[in-house]
This record gives sequence, C-alpha cells and structure tokens, in this order.
Amino acid sequence: MAEFWDQYAFPTIEIVFYIVLIVAPLLGGVAYLTLAERKVIGWMQLRKGPNVVGPFGLLQPLADGMKLFFKETIIPASSNRGMFFAAPMVTFVLSLIAWAVIPFDAGLVLSNLNVGILYIFAISSLGVYGIIMAGWSSNSKYAFLGALRSAAQMVSYEVSMGFVIITVLLFVGSLNLSAIVEAQSGGFWNWHFFGILFPMFIIFFVSTLAETNRAPFDLPEAEAELVSGYNVEYSAMTFAMFFLGEYANMILMCAMTSILFLGGWMAPIDVAPFTWIPGPIWFALKIAFCLFVFLWVRATFPRYRYDQLMRLGWKVFLPISLLWVVVVAGWLFAMDKVPGA
Amino acid sequence: MDELLREYLPVLIFLAIAIGISVAMLLASGILATQKPDSEKLSAYECGFEAFDDARSRFDVRFYLVAILFIIFDLEVAFLFPWAISLGKIGLFGFWSMVIFLGILTIGFVYEWRKGALEWE
Amino acid sequence: MIIQALAFYLFAFVAVAAGVLVIASRNPVHSVLFLILAFFNGAGLFVLLGAEFLAMILVIVYVGAVAVLFLFVVMMLDINFVELRSGFLQYLPIGGLVGFILLAELLVVVGGWVIVPEATSVAAAPIPPIDQVTNTEAIGRLIYTKYIYLFQASGLVLLVAMIGAIVLTLRSRAGVRRQKISDQVARRPGEAIEVVKVTTGSGI
Repeated sequence: MAEFWDQYAFPTIEIVFYIVLIVAPLLGGVAYLTLAERKVIGWMQLRKGPNVVGPFGLLQPLADGMKLFFKETIIPASSNRGMFFAAPMVTFVLSLIAWAVIPFDAGLVLSNLNVGILYIFAISSLGVYGIIMAGWSSNSKYAFLGALRSAAQMVSYEVSMGFVIITVLLFVGSLNLSAIVEAQSGGFWNWHFFGILFPMFIIFFVSTLAETNRAPFDLPEAEAELVSGYNVEYSAMTFAMFFLGEYANMILMCAMTSILFLGGWMAPIDVAPFTWIPGPIWFALKIAFCLFVFLWVRATFPRYRYDQLMRLGWKVFLPISLLWVVVVAGWLFAMDKVPGA
Repeated sequence: MDELLREYLPVLIFLAIAIGISVAMLLASGILATQKPDSEKLSAYECGFEAFDDARSRFDVRFYLVAILFIIFDLEVAFLFPWAISLGKIGLFGFWSMVIFLGILTIGFVYEWRKGALEWE
Repeated sequence: MIIQALAFYLFAFVAVAAGVLVIASRNPVHSVLFLILAFFNGAGLFVLLGAEFLAMILVIVYVGAVAVLFLFVVMMLDINFVELRSGFLQYLPIGGLVGFILLAELLVVVGGWVIVPEATSVAAAPIPPIDQVTNTEAIGRLIYTKYIYLFQASGLVLLVAMIGAIVLTLRSRAGVRRQKISDQVARRPGEAIEVVKVTTGSGI
C-alpha cells in the first residue's frame, strides 16, 4: 500500500497541483486580457473603456463571465447536437493542454518533452477542428462560411510558421523548448530576434495573428458580413468556451514568440539588477508586450480582403521563409556555427 | 525509456483535467441557468427570414486545393525537422541533399504559381 | 510499469475499436472523426515505443492535414454515401487479401526476430540508445545521407502530388478581376487625374 502511495498517488497529486498552478493563472490572464483589450483599444480611440464595474472596471471580466454563465444554452434545432457541443470543448481543451510543455523558467516545466516544439505545432494544427466542427454542426450559412474561411486561412499560415520554426531550430539543434531558450542565453543581443532571423520574427508574428484569427486577419469573424462567423449559433457557456480558447491561444502564441525569438525567461542583460527579477516574471512581461502589440495592431490596421490574405500567406511568406531556411543553413555553415558539429 | 514516458504522463493527466473542466463548465451552466427554448429561438440564424435550404452546400474547389497543397507543404516541413537538428552531424552532404529536395519542390511551387493556383479570385 | 501496460491496452483497444467504427458508422463525418481517434491512439502507441518524433508527425500530418481534407470532403461535398456503401461486400475479398498479406509480412518479420534474436544487431542502421541520441536526431542522421535516394524519391513523389492536385482541381474562371499590385503601385497621379480649369457658370 505504501508503495502505491509513493509511486503513483503522490506523483499524480503533485502533477495535478502543478496543472492547477498553470491553469488558474492562465484563465485569470485570459479574463484580464479581455479587459486589457477593451481598455487599450479604448485609450487608443480616446475612450475610457469599461470603468463602471469595480475600480477602473477591474471587476468587468467577472461580471461578463457571470453573465455568460447564467445565459440560456441555445442548441439550434437543425444542428448535430453531439458535435455542436464537442466543437467548443475541442477548442478549449487544445488551448489548455498546449501549456503542458511551455517552460516558465530553467527547469520549471510540467513535461519537458524532447519534441516540445513538435507538440506545440501538432496542437496548433489541431485547432482547425474546433472551427470546422462548429461551422458544420451548427448548420447555418454564416457559421459554415466562417468556418471554411477560417480553416483555409489557418492552414495557409501554418505552413510558413513551420518553416520559420525550422530556421530557429537550425540555431538550436534540438526540439526541446527549454533548449531553444537556453540557446539564447547571455543577453538580449543573443536573442534570435536580433540578426539574421529578424525577418523570420516578423513573419512569425504576423502568422500568429492569422493563426489566432486576430485583426487584421479576422475575416472568419468579420462582424459586418458574417455576423461573427463560425460561432454565430453559440450562446452562453458554449460561446464562452470558444472565447476563452481563442484568447488562451493568443497568449500561447505570444509565449511561443517569446520562447523562439525573445529569449523566453532570460533577462535582457545578464547583470545584477535584471537577474534579481525571477524568470517567470520576465517571461510574463515578454508575453504581455506581445499581447499589447496584438491589441495595438487591432486598433491600427483595417481588415485584409480574402484574396490579399491568401496572397500574403502563399506568395510572400511561404517563399521568403522557405528561402530563409536555406539561407540560414548556408550561413551557419559559412560561419562554422552549426550546432552539434 | 521510462524517463521519456514519465514526461508524457503529465500531458495525459492535463488532457483529462482539461476535458473535465470543460464538461463541468457546460453542465453547470446548463443546469443553473434558465432554459426556455422555443422554435423561433432554435432556428438557425438567417438575417430575418426563414432558412431556404440546408446550409451544407457544395463550395469552391479552391478550398480543397488549398487543403491539398497544405498537406504537401506540411510533409515538407515534417522532413525538415530532423534535418534541422541533425545538421551538425550530417554536415555539408546533408545540407546539399536537402537543397536538392527543396529544389525539386520549388519546381512544383513555381508551377503552381505560374498556373495561378495560388491566385484567389 | 503497470501504468505503461495499462496505457498500452487502453490505446490498443481504443485504436482497434475506432478502426471498426470507421467502417461501421453510418454517418461519414463520424467515420472521419473515428479515424482521427484511431490516429491519436496510434500516436500514443508510438510514444510508448519511444518513437516520439513519429508520434508527433502522425498527429501533425495525418490528423492536422490529411484528416482535415477528408473532413472537408465528407462534410461539404454532398456525396451519396448510401450508394457508395452498396458495394461494401464486393470489396470484402480484396480488403481481406490486403489485410492477410500485411499480417503475413508482420509474422515473417517478427518471426525472424524470435527465431534469430541476433538478427537485429546486424541491421543496416542500428537504433542508437535513446538516452544518448533522441529519436528525431537518430532519424535525421540517416535519411538525408544514407538513404538519400529514397529521400529524393519522396521529394519527387511530393512533386507529382502537387502537379496532380493542380491538374485535377484547378479550373480557371473567365471574367474574374484580379488585383494587380504592381499596376497599382506603378500608377502615377498624371494618369489618374486630369486637372481642368473651369470658368464659372459654364461647366465642363
């Protein structure tokens, strides 16, 4: 019996505890990201944003959440019930489990997979299912069109994201996310953001905007034409789960940007006052900065047209990132910097 | 070997917990909130009129083409992953081997481009 | 160790069950979803074998790309699946034959390991110990150099697939107006605007 406790029960409880430590701040972050979005865009448009519920509107996400929770769950009569409920669950579950491999500090990671980056890539390529299932099962024209658009868009930008990840991996020589961060140690000039990978950073960032269906690539949910796209038939908690999933995905993509290009948990300069701040805080700051840029972009740029979006993905990003894979590899050989040689 | 698998256990537990959370959220809301469906409320959204026909219609073949091209490029990326991390060991020979591989696929890419398959109209 | 065994039986059972349901379920969309479930369990089995890279690639390529295409096709192309299904029993002998050949091949290979256990040690490319070289790197060290011809051949297969897809699906439509970005950029004010001096009251 003692063996059972030592070998199975305690490790499991420990893992569950760590998972709660990841999920709780994540959902809190999502809640306050929605508030931050409204506040930041409000300021950029010389409005105040939500400021009634609680001081500075700080309780607004709570109020929104409660409201959504007590709304009626509408299941359209012509829908496929099972899949109609499965779709938001897929989106939500995927956006959570991706966090299992994200390193928050040196050694501070739930599961340190050898193939961490492939795991993230796999999870993000599954994201398309929630959307297709939602669009198909609601049996509504707007939802269907939104889902189609969204699926084609996500798929198109995933290709260039894959090539960008390859260029980063060439510098690292490992698929492990902690190893990717550690390859950038020493100071901000060692971050992949600087140097030959800078164009890839731009492409990656723009692709994450498209991958998360954010402005200026928010065609799938274009309010003006598709009345919010694939989730038009969803209400109450089913809608809330799509919403939570999308925002958790935004945070995840920002975390990936900071791991791949901005040195993850590393302090910008490896000297005293900067190293006092613990790694997870640096990581959170970098994520927050990326998220701010997401919101900034949304407040600044008009929406792309669909043909322009496809053109950007297939005719600009794809060839450039493909070329860069060869260029970076050649450059590494020329400089004799290939890892593991 | 065991250590490798131990790293995957949290992923499995995380998956179970995430599914648990989402089911709990849906169920709790479904039970606690008032549910008063009526036939108008449950009809599919359509700007103000009844839906004419089933929403699942045929659509432009271009979406399939995008999906097929995506599969091909995804495979290409899949081939690049092991190459990127073993480049130091396989050296210049491995590098040129991949350049030829990518060259072959670039021919296909150029063909697509010239044919207008990447054009969206 | 017990967990490992439990996980194996769970994955194996669900994979087989999902495989049966793929051909048994009436709704083609459900078939594809069961296929995806089967792929996931296959990935789980790969992980149990220590083949992490293959597990992830199975999910990325098959679930993330191929099954998406399948789902596109069955969801959005209203093929009459009842009609397609009518020939089900006709194909049974052929399907059975293919299955039998695969089974026989597996038996030969596994039987070889059992009869001559030393056979694995003379393999052309022995599997390096997993704690020294990761699975992905072990693959990378082989396919681009030792198996270069097969690797290039797979590139050619992808090229054929690409060209085939375009030949089969690309239809050029008449009367579409495309955006020509170079023309837009090259446009100068001189060609677009004409400045006219209008005397008051006379119009143009």
